[in-house]
Amino acid sequence: MSASPSLRNRIALQVRDIPRSGIRDFFDIVSTMKDVISLGIGEPDFDTPWHVRESTVFSLERGATHYTSNLGYLELRKALSKYVSKMFGAEYNPDSEVLVTVGVSEALDIALRALINPGDEVLFHEPCYVSYRATILFAHGVPLAVETKAENGFRLTRAMLEAKVTLKTKVLMLNFPNNPTGGVMSRQDLEDIAAFARERDLIVITDEIYGELTYDAPHTSIVSLPGMKERTIFLHGFSKAWAMTGFRLGYACGPAELIEAMMKIHQYTMLCASSLAQKAAIEALTRPEVDVGEMVAEYRRRRNYIASAFAEMGLECHRPLGAFYAFPSVAKFKLPAKEFAMRLLHEERVAVVPGTAFGDCGEGFVRCAYATSLDNIKEAMVRLKRFVGKL
Amino acid sequence: MDELLKILEGNALESRATIAKMLNLPLAEVDQRIADYEKRGVIRGYQTILNEDQLDLDKTTAVIEVKVTPQREGGFNTIAERISRFPEVRSAYLMSGGYDLLLFVEGRNLRQVAAFVSERLAPLEGVVSTSTHFMLKTYKRLGVLMHSEQTDERLTVSP
Ligand SMILES: Cc1ncc(COP(=O)(O)O)c(C=O)c1O
Repeated sequence: MSASPSLRNRIALQVRDIPRSGIRDFFDIVSTMKDVISLGIGEPDFDTPWHVRESTVFSLERGATHYTSNLGYLELRKALSKYVSKMFGAEYNPDSEVLVTVGVSEALDIALRALINPGDEVLFHEPCYVSYRATILFAHGVPLAVETKAENGFRLTRAMLEAKVTLKTKVLMLNFPNNPTGGVMSRQDLEDIAAFARERDLIVITDEIYGELTYDAPHTSIVSLPGMKERTIFLHGFSKAWAMTGFRLGYACGPAELIEAMMKIHQYTMLCASSLAQKAAIEALTRPEVDVGEMVAEYRRRRNYIASAFAEMGLECHRPLGAFYAFPSVAKFKLPAKEFAMRLLHEERVAVVPGTAFGDCGEGFVRCAYATSLDNIKEAMVRLKRFVGKL
Repeated sequence: MDELLKILEGNALESRATIAKMLNLPLAEVDQRIADYEKRGVIRGYQTILNEDQLDLDKTTAVIEVKVTPQREGGFNTIAERISRFPEVRSAYLMSGGYDLLLFVEGRNLRQVAAFVSERLAPLEGVVSTSTHFMLKTYKRLGVLMHSEQTDERLTVSP
């Protein structure tokens, strides 16, 4: 929808000049069509575990319907602190180093706003989650995109960062396991990046929302490396590993000064995260093992299936190692990714997201989410195979 | 549990080729392992999970708690196996707690089940008492909900 010219001119430049998410445009088209199998959904197909939902209802009945502390319920922050220590290997003080947010989305926004002066540069790697570039721009930062490559497993290297960094660079954003590529970083890969961040005195914002979802090797967090906790804001949430996207719950852990700065923005703009969602999160954390472990096993089977289906039909795809996305190359068909996705949608009713939604360097790729039933995946692979056979 | 068994337990009709892909194994190995499980009796059969409430069947199921005296030789096994051989008994478990055996018994109607209990089960040597409950409606069987529609509330494309 475009506003009248005079109103359009009143929109703040950094908002006006940013295009809407390519995902949104694509959604508008797909949602008008019938019988589409969607590999375009960036959220789990699992239901939120029943014990979490049941206990949310109980909390509602008991009247947990009020504002909470700005930082979030202390009970939740304590549980988070324990969880992060066990899973990610960093100790945070629940009184001052943990902030509960409205999803990782809010945490990303306030982390950047807390750090960026106009003109400060932010290094991030593309293809990446759709909101990164926009969120940097909203915070009046200057985005410095570094391109990760399929032949390298979409990993980030020190050399790539060295080529872009300047004296004005203040922040490095990381997201592994990665949306949209399924790429992960080993401890060794991260050690190089950590050394770079220390030498350049950068603040690292690490979005580890897919941290539980790795399939071949356990996840390593950059916060667990020496000298990193004091310069890192660690972000995580309940959307993916607990299938709680609609609850809108995330959290940030970091040095007290940075959490305090983020808390100020959060306090004035959000007040607190939903009390019910926080209660749900407490329940999720007290019995996490069963739910998450079984989900991971199921995703792994689907990952295996989709990877071998791509191989059979001759689609080149870096083996996805984490999150629930595969990012095959469609470059050999000599079609722009968007056109590939459009034709696939119209001719075979399969929705995938063009790689360009995740940055210009996503050209030549499409994102296929395997967070959908195996039956859907099987049918989608039959259709995709037929489609690429015709190209 | 072996992931292969887990897949089959969830869907016995899953094709061998699909299973091979999911587990990243050669097809021949999947075939071999399933054959092996069947031979060893780990896999005892493959059945279909029906929502019988939709079928309007002439059928009644009773859950029966049975107290028994364990035999001098064979303990509970002898009596439990004897009871299990009746075709009316669809499932039988040895239980802890206030009774010993829990049976799921099927008959065409209430009378037929009652006859089974009074003429077959109760008179058996070793059976001390029985307590019979008739099932009225099935909400969930073998991990499958019987009355909920599957709907996907998610947006068709999301970031
Ligand atoms: C990398 C990444 N970060 C953040 C988010 C948003 O998470 P939340 O639901 O916690 O706001 C997503 C969701 O797709 C994501 O993929």
